[in-house]
Amino acid sequence: MKDQWTDRLSEYLDGELTPPERTTLEAHLASCDACRTTLDELRRVVTNARALDDRPPTADLWPAVAARIGLSARVRARPAARRFSFTVPQLAAASVALALLSGGAAWLIGRRGIVPIPPVLVTERAPALLNASAYPGDARFAAQVADLERAVARGRGRLDTATVRVIERNLRIIDRAIRSAQSALAADPANSYLNLHLAQEMRRKLELLRQAATLAGART
Amino acid sequence: MELTTPGVATLRRDPDQRALGDAETADAALAASGDGRAFERLYRAHVARVHSLVRRMVGPDHADDIAQDVFVRAWTKLATFRGEAAFGTWLHRLAVNVILARRTTLGTERSRYDDSADILDGVAGRPAAPELSMDFEEAIGRLPDGARQVFVLHDIEGYRHEEIADMLGIVAGTSKSQLHHARMALRRQLER
Repeated sequence: MKDQWTDRLSEYLDGELTPPERTTLEAHLASCDACRTTLDELRRVVTNARALDDRPPTADLWPAVAARIGLSARVRARPAARRFSFTVPQLAAASVALALLSGGAAWLIGRRGIVPIPPVLVTERAPALLNASAYPGDARFAAQVADLERAVARGRGRLDTATVRVIERNLRIIDRAIRSAQSALAADPANSYLNLHLAQEMRRKLELLRQAATLAGART
Repeated sequence: MELTTPGVATLRRDPDQRALGDAETADAALAASGDGRAFERLYRAHVARVHSLVRRMVGPDHADDIAQDVFVRAWTKLATFRGEAAFGTWLHRLAVNVILARRTTLGTERSRYDDSADILDGVAGRPAAPELSMDFEEAIGRLPDGARQVFVLHDIEGYRHEEIADMLGIVAGTSKSQLHHARMALRRQLER
């Protein structure tokens, strides 16, 4: 059965009626079994919709995606098998791409009149990464970070402020992830996922610093 | 099509996932610098959500192609991701834009926004095969294009009517009406 309120039940359910409309409808619901039933059914529909699971495609789309964007599908993400390594390929290409990341800052780098920046790029939080025993590679990592930060500091005058902001922002993101992983590992040192995650984040920091150093023309 | 940050449609994340979100932001930065492995990690993390969105919006026939388009588009637009929202939120809105742009070629344009309840009356009660009861996903797939898209965007993805109206080029009242009709049709599926 349908009455004048049936078509307003979704709006009621979504909290989109005005207070007077809501009051009137609630009074109607108290005396209308059909509308109460319909409202319950609509509520179940919404609940079902929110509970739907996402399903992946039946076939892996990555090879086709990789081909379309010019990547080899053989270059696979291997988070569980990544070696804690400090080699970074394609520095030159990365430097160009990092400039793109800075929102078009690449063209600014080459122009005249670059504004010198204060020595803020070398983060003072770096020592916090040096003392953790949560990961066996920390000492080597700390030394690498320190070397790269010094290299970036030497060439910081060649970077424009927009680029510096992007680099700093991404370093902060990575540092947060490292600290989160270290905190979690303090409670669960044997957790293999956390160890891998920490190693991955540390590598990301090194990669970013190497790219920054390359941009600054201060190769290590 | 300009990418904007949606108001309410975000990945369903809890605070414990913040570290993961940070990692994804870092992966996005690496991918923007040309790191294919970082981009594949992002693909692996989000392909199910993107593909499900595409499948629900346009049906299964073109889902693989359009999901690929979404990731190709994401690759080319990574430089515009500034980390102000979660990467998943940014990707999700980009996916919606790609899907809506493809509506034209798929023939699911605005003209399909028929506001008639009659069209929806038999939707959920029309089984694919008499001996099989449809599941909820199949019932959604049988909704008319307009009602289905509004339902998916509002009830599954969490967009507001104003946002949906803006995306689909309709008025908010039509979005509300389509949503109600879709729900009314789908409630019959619950009775089966």
